[in-house]
Amino acid sequence: MSEIKLEKMDEYRWKVPVHGGMRVPGIIYSSEKLLKEMGKDESPRQVANVAHLPGIVKFSLAMPDMHWGYGFPIGGVAAFDPAQGVISPGGVGYDINCGCRLITTKLQLADIRDRLQDLLTGLFRDIPSGVGSTGVLKLSVKEEKKVLLEGAKWAVENGYGTAMDMETTEDRGRMEGADPEKVSSRALERGREQLGTLGSGNHFLELEVVEEIFDAEAASVFGLEIGQINVMIHSGSRGLGYQICDDYLARMVKHVQQIGLNLPDRQLACAYIGSDEGKDYFAAMSCAANYAWANRQMLMHWTRESFERTLRRSPRDLEMRLLYDVCHNIAKFEEFPVNGKKMKLCVHRKGATRSFPPGHPALPEVYRKTGQPVLIPGDMGTGSYVMSGTEKAFRETFGSTCHGAGRVMSRAEATRVSKGRSIRKEMAERGVLVISAGKATLQEEIPEAYKNIDEVVHVVHEAGLSRKVARLRAIGCIKG
Amino acid sequence: MKFYKIIDHTADMRIEVSGRSEKELFANAAAAIFDLLCDPEQVKVRMTRTLIVAGMDRVDLLINFLREVLYLFNGENLLIKKFSVTILNGNSITAEARGEPFDPGRHAIKMEIKAVTYHQAEIKKTREGWRARVIFDV
Repeated sequence: MSEIKLEKMDEYRWKVPVHGGMRVPGIIYSSEKLLKEMGKDESPRQVANVAHLPGIVKFSLAMPDMHWGYGFPIGGVAAFDPAQGVISPGGVGYDINCGCRLITTKLQLADIRDRLQDLLTGLFRDIPSGVGSTGVLKLSVKEEKKVLLEGAKWAVENGYGTAMDMETTEDRGRMEGADPEKVSSRALERGREQLGTLGSGNHFLELEVVEEIFDAEAASVFGLEIGQINVMIHSGSRGLGYQICDDYLARMVKHVQQIGLNLPDRQLACAYIGSDEGKDYFAAMSCAANYAWANRQMLMHWTRESFERTLRRSPRDLEMRLLYDVCHNIAKFEEFPVNGKKMKLCVHRKGATRSFPPGHPALPEVYRKTGQPVLIPGDMGTGSYVMSGTEKAFRETFGSTCHGAGRVMSRAEATRVSKGRSIRKEMAERGVLVISAGKATLQEEIPEAYKNIDEVVHVVHEAGLSRKVARLRAIGCIKG
Repeated sequence: MKFYKIIDHTADMRIEVSGRSEKELFANAAAAIFDLLCDPEQVKVRMTRTLIVAGMDRVDLLINFLREVLYLFNGENLLIKKFSVTILNGNSITAEARGEPFDPGRHAIKMEIKAVTYHQAEIKKTREGWRARVIFDV
């Protein structure tokens, strides 16, 4: 049980008052209902711990899908002043640029209802998934370094998708400042064979049907309509990202001791943004971010091909368009108003999605009026929400909102309660066909292990951090 | 008695390992990783790998050691059946890992362990010997 005393600010915000070595207060976005579940773990303590870091600006924030991580809570957002602040690998997480993309189609549910099994079987065959899965390419180190520098652009130039896809990818699928020389040979080795693989755990590829539209105007701009079939892909930077995080954590744990920085948790290890350690980490992290974008771009390309093959339809017929691609584990330099002045900050989002408002220059022309599309995947087989970015998020949360449902049950507990049950069958009864590379994954990822996505989305909508546009229901799912 | 147990942690996986001596504790913690990854019964001993690892203190040493142990699978595609710690002094460790390369035809991988974290890692002396707690990102 967490001993932190939370002060209610309004219906959806709770304050963690400054105490001990905290430099700023914490703010947790939540509802009474979700807060009851949160109280069971130590995530509020972690919100307080993050507030100890040097150069943190305004608040240590947490989104309503917050749960207990290591160091930073999952669902945590924190911004740092580049002049006096730090960057922390633990504030990004192991799966650097874990994120998702939503692909719309011209198909209606009625068009594929009796082909669903075939579509899934085809996708499962065409998209490598599962623990340690390796892809169809084994890159040379030279080629891999190009991926790390160019991200989605590398994928497009090598025949995976089109330049149009990059327009609707956060940061156009490429972060500036990537330097492959800052990536260890171990990370490069792990990344070589895993490009173009889904992975395991909570990663998935899901077929979803648009079930409800909340904002007709935005939905129309986003190209969404009731009954339409879409594909959600959730994956990240695979072993390369995990290794980069691990390498730099070890280096920064030492560094923190050398510079005599006192932290409440070793996992919060960090370095000043302007230090060699800080700059090297950012350069390596950007490489992993680019790798993840190339990865999702390739997964999407094979998804398109798989649809064309199974349904024997042409690309023009299917019109599979990338609505948007967001990352939810990242640190980036972005400008925000602080005390009336524009300031460039290093924003860490660990299990949080960027939610930029209408008119923001980072958005592609087509979404300038609606705000950024925000993709919120639910847990296995429940579906997703599409939301839009807001001005309020820009002012209050460094342009951030939630990223998903958030776990409430440990994997061990989920495996225990699901023992002896056929999760595949249960999902089928709910109208979701599931194919999984590993049986254990299904048991660990049962829906009751997660917070209710509807409640999480309700909170960010009411708190004004992003606006509901549409709700999508899952009908088929491939789990790693 | 099993040499380790899983304790609940919402997002990740926490284990508690025990050993009669510190050497055994370190060896058991390493073995726990492979017990989670695969069924050690399926693994044959065909090769030996020596690990030499240093740390700033005992907890840091344990984490660094386990990071190297995990890399044997994540980076080198090896499955390990048995660990033995030959030297544990000051803040360095020498250990031998015996196993074989992962063969998807014969070995089933039970889960993915992404990383060993520093979060709330601890080593304690108990009446029976030693106990350690570690959280894995899975």
